[in-house]
Amino acid sequence: MGKLLVEDKTIVTPGEELAEGMDFLPAEGTFRDKDKIISSGLGLINVNGRVIKTIPVAGRYIPEKGDTIIAKVTNILMSGWILDIDSAYSAVLSVKEAKDFIRRDADLTRYYNIGDYIVTNIVMVTSQRLVDASMKDPGMRKLIGGRIIKVNSHKVPRIIGKRGSMVSMIKQATDCSITVGQNGLVWINGSPENEIIVVETIKKIEQEAHISGLTDRIKTFLEKKTNKKINIEKVE
Amino acid sequence: MNNQQKDHILNFFEKGIRFDGRKLDEYRKIKVEKGFSGNAEGSARVTIGDTIVLAGVKLSVGEPYPDTPDKGTMMINAELMPLSSPDFEPGPPAIQAIEIARVVDRGIRESGAIDTKKLCIKKEEKAWSVLIDICTLNEGGNLLDASALAVVAALQDTKMPSYNGKTVDYKKKTKETLPLNLKKMPTSCTVSKIGNYFIVDPTSEEEKKVEARLTIEVEEDGTLCALQKGGDKPLTAEDIDKMVGIGIEKSKELRKFL
Amino acid sequence: MSYTKRNDGRKFDETRSIEAKAGVIKRADGSAYFKMGKTVAYVAVYGPREIHPKFLQNPKKGKLRCYYNMMPFSSMGDRVRPGANRRAKEIAMVTEKALLPVVNLNDFPNSVVDVFIELPQTDAGTRCAGICAASMALADAGIPMNGMVAAVSMGRVDDKLVVDLDYSEESYEDGTVADIPIAIVSGTEEISLLQMDGELSRDELKQSIEIVKKACSKIDKIQRDALKKKYEVKNE
Repeated sequence: MGKLLVEDKTIVTPGEELAEGMDFLPAEGTFRDKDKIISSGLGLINVNGRVIKTIPVAGRYIPEKGDTIIAKVTNILMSGWILDIDSAYSAVLSVKEAKDFIRRDADLTRYYNIGDYIVTNIVMVTSQRLVDASMKDPGMRKLIGGRIIKVNSHKVPRIIGKRGSMVSMIKQATDCSITVGQNGLVWINGSPENEIIVVETIKKIEQEAHISGLTDRIKTFLEKKTNKKINIEKVE
Repeated sequence: MNNQQKDHILNFFEKGIRFDGRKLDEYRKIKVEKGFSGNAEGSARVTIGDTIVLAGVKLSVGEPYPDTPDKGTMMINAELMPLSSPDFEPGPPAIQAIEIARVVDRGIRESGAIDTKKLCIKKEEKAWSVLIDICTLNEGGNLLDASALAVVAALQDTKMPSYNGKTVDYKKKTKETLPLNLKKMPTSCTVSKIGNYFIVDPTSEEEKKVEARLTIEVEEDGTLCALQKGGDKPLTAEDIDKMVGIGIEKSKELRKFL
Repeated sequence: MSYTKRNDGRKFDETRSIEAKAGVIKRADGSAYFKMGKTVAYVAVYGPREIHPKFLQNPKKGKLRCYYNMMPFSSMGDRVRPGANRRAKEIAMVTEKALLPVVNLNDFPNSVVDVFIELPQTDAGTRCAGICAASMALADAGIPMNGMVAAVSMGRVDDKLVVDLDYSEESYEDGTVADIPIAIVSGTEEISLLQMDGELSRDELKQSIEIVKKACSKIDKIQRDALKKKYEVKNE
């Protein structure tokens, strides 16, 4: 016997009792205390059959292996670059992990200089949170021009959408290049008027990420702002 | 700041808009709330866009300065509270805070906005001390203008406490206001230069790209009562004249909030 | 003359009116506003972030660091000189201890979560208001927490036990006063802050704790409602 104590897809607070009964299984963001399942932070409760988890709605980015992020170069060493990834932890990009082959005595600032933004992958995170980055994969590059905005890293999946559908829709409507880092940094490049629409749209997604019907609302919003009809089939 | 990002912002300026869609000479939404504190003799909370600054006025009775025995005293202190930005650290006031306090102080002192002669209680012995504190609550750019506006609004909000000749009774507030000369009350407008463009009210992001800035404090009739140039790059005489013109123009708008 | 009626007409077990709001300081990772009667506390949380100086790092888990400050114009009476003083440091320390039981920083080795408490207006009960706001701000920042903390000052004014002392009661001159700030952890109802100033009997202490548990349970609901309210959609 089990009973859900809160409504699914609502915001729950730390220590709040989510369900009682041994039938339920506590997953991420929850823990069991005797016969109750309890939230271990502020989040959106998600019930899938017997599995209860919470999706975080706030919190700074925690680096994970495999993430593609946007990082800022903050320091240059003999062996590589130190990156600010907007987390409690900085990342290291060693010379051998840079995009192109770099000679031993090359001037590293000619590749990535302090203040430059790059798209890079996280390849390792140790238990002490030492983070290694690499730019070997295709698509990794230094970002030229454009502007960077910061969003809540937990909202990134909604901004990207299923198989990139949300961000593709925004790109189609505004003709802007957009790169979304898993760490919540977003690069936008296009005409000034369109960039402003992109920023407004992304902020709207951030605020309404936890409310259903988001894709349709954003589609309507974009069509109104750009006076363009958006073709969903064209969106890959 | 990265040169490419600076070029990108200039693309925007060329079209007469900024990253947040504002015009170059447009302030964000301004809100002035007087009297948020029941304990201070005067207080005001100013919001400009995301920037929030609190100012409070405390009055006490003390000895006048020996070189001005018939005048009351004024002191302004500013703190960039660590609560308001990830870049502010706890500890004694940073140089940025000291600059804000001193620039705002000069505007009020030099304009004669407070009639300090009327603050004298007994020549050489007793005079009112006006102690003003600026505390930032959220750093969103343009702390100086927000602080200056908050201080003036707090002074306008101030009511004198009762004084029986010996002690101040803070619990008994009178209806008497500070002796202020409203026409002299300064408004502050900081004009910033990025590339060849002038903007007002920069966001924190824009502030990082500012090359030079000029804070202009103006009385009601357009008389300048304080100036402060900041930033690493120098300004030409033409720049300064243009910036002063923008400052005087904008101060008319800001004055409406007092 | 014994204290038969409270100065502001409240019942003996009644707290002052409370106002709570989450997310009031945009630059912060989490923030809250908590007002109890005339005492107002703002709290901003920054973190997890890199800790300076480095020797304070704990390789096993993140550190919680609290700061408490009354703004110079916050009290009725003389201006409060700015700068850390011994009272502020002690309050910061007990605040940290009050919050630690609910906070889980195991995922953030070598980093710090900074909690800044500022009071623009005070009328006694400042450390309690600070703790209530801090608990909300930590949740708002997405810090993993298995509960929340509420706190209120119990008092003995003459022979009466009263909840949430205001300044007039704290400085009551017609009899003796004991000031007992207490913080309660939600769920377990354990006590994470207990201080006492004045004289109190063992029995009065026992009673005080029971009365505070009830008051804190009400405060707990206000804190949670405020956190959830932030995520309600404002209809455009």
